[in-house]
Amino acid sequence: MPDVVTLSVNGRTVSVEPGCTVAAAIARAGAVAFRRSVAGEPRAPLCGMGICFECRVTIDEQPYARSCQIVCREGMDVRTDD
Amino acid sequence: MCERMTDRVSSCDVLIIGGGPAGLAAAVAARASAARVAIVDDNPGLGGQIWRGEERTPTTPEATEWLRRVRAAGVEFISGARIYDQPADGLLLAETDGGGVIALDYGKLILAAGARERFLPFPGWTLPGVAGAGGLQALVKGGLPIEGRRVVVAGTGPLLLAVAAYLRKRGARVLLIAEQAPREKLLAFGLGLWRSPGKILQAIGLKRQLAGVPLRMGCWPVAAGGDDRLQRVRLRQGDRAWDVECDYLACGFHLLPNTELAVHLGCAVRDGAVQVDELQQTTRPGIYCAGESTGIGGLDVSLIEGQIAGFAATDQPGKARALFAEHARQQRFADLLNQTFVLREELRSLPTANTLVCRCEDISFARLRDQPSWRAAKLHTRCGMGPCQGRICGGAIEFLLGWPAESVRPPVFPVKVGSLLFDHGERRGEDATR
Repeated sequence: MPDVVTLSVNGRTVSVEPGCTVAAAIARAGAVAFRRSVAGEPRAPLCGMGICFECRVTIDEQPYARSCQIVCREGMDVRTDD
Repeated sequence: MCERMTDRVSSCDVLIIGGGPAGLAAAVAARASAARVAIVDDNPGLGGQIWRGEERTPTTPEATEWLRRVRAAGVEFISGARIYDQPADGLLLAETDGGGVIALDYGKLILAAGARERFLPFPGWTLPGVAGAGGLQALVKGGLPIEGRRVVVAGTGPLLLAVAAYLRKRGARVLLIAEQAPREKLLAFGLGLWRSPGKILQAIGLKRQLAGVPLRMGCWPVAAGGDDRLQRVRLRQGDRAWDVECDYLACGFHLLPNTELAVHLGCAVRDGAVQVDELQQTTRPGIYCAGESTGIGGLDVSLIEGQIAGFAATDQPGKARALFAEHARQQRFADLLNQTFVLREELRSLPTANTLVCRCEDISFARLRDQPSWRAAKLHTRCGMGPCQGRICGGAIEFLLGWPAESVRPPVFPVKVGSLLFDHGERRGEDATR
């Protein structure tokens, strides 16, 4: 297993250790809001276990991916709402 | 052991939903009969919430031991998969993270879906930086940087202390723990522990790890503030209210059993928990339930119930019965726990008119409190109809407005439209050639 996994968060390159979740990579990339709510409020993970959907982002063009439940893979392209 | 995540059919004698302590214990017990056993879990790894990440970073000997036993027993583990429907008896459909569908063919079913945190809405609780107590712990286990961050841990339940100790070990500056239960109840709880020496040792260990962190009893958060992210939390204790500057608020109000799948399968639920007999069988023959879904009882109850269910589901009733006495003993501790961490009346006035209750659809408390029922609220406001499907707001609304949860309709979990069009008959045919 490689020592680091490198992915892109909003176009910015982030390296994390294997096993790290996408939610953690987003925080390390310095993004605060994971998504914008219906009324436009910034939101970030709440439950940490995949039920609240506040951590949802777009991964490799697939929307509605729950970043707290998905482990980073090499070359992933992650997009938050802003 | 295989961990493929593509479209396929998986057949087993005993299917276990959930790879936390109850699911692991059930799997080991069921494998003792030579039955084919599979565990399906939404998470990327085994261990559930309490033992999340233990396979990658072992910290708890008991977790290491159970995980070793499951791996050694030859149990199939299907990770990153969510059950969303049962098109026929003995067949469940799950969607994987990659969007694939797995058809799960089973003889007996053991539900070990665990629990989630109860969240209560207060002004500012939707700000980034406010997370569940277990929620923040899970995020940190997943690699969220916490070193040097200022954290307030608040809410209620034994989880708060465990979370605070964990975060501190990972380098967080835990400023204080606010436990809403009153001091008298907590003292009585402490005295009640004499029946459970193991729990006293755990408590002493936690106390040592939390040396220097103030534990405020009868204290709770009333508001979170900040521009676009959390900067401060306002706490109340008695007549006093004050602000604490912090980076994270880890806040949960004890736990709620996950019952959605059980309800969907037609199992009876009583007082928010799946109803089971002494062999952990639900009101649907052949469907068992173990652990937190049957009522919040903690780790030891979950491990015992898991084993009872695993033995009972594989015609080993003698081995199951041998555990009844220990189960009853552990259950007394669970009852004491749940009496201690009852929510206080004052928490019903936490939300103001503008406080959002439903985070998926941004529905305020003012729009909900005038509705006569859940059904009316759904029809008129879309509350509980977003992607969480009421899993987050449901527990709050039950406490704030007294509406019991509504029945569950498929899909139990939000899925892609393609998964709903999945033709399981065709897939089953394909599997015959595999």
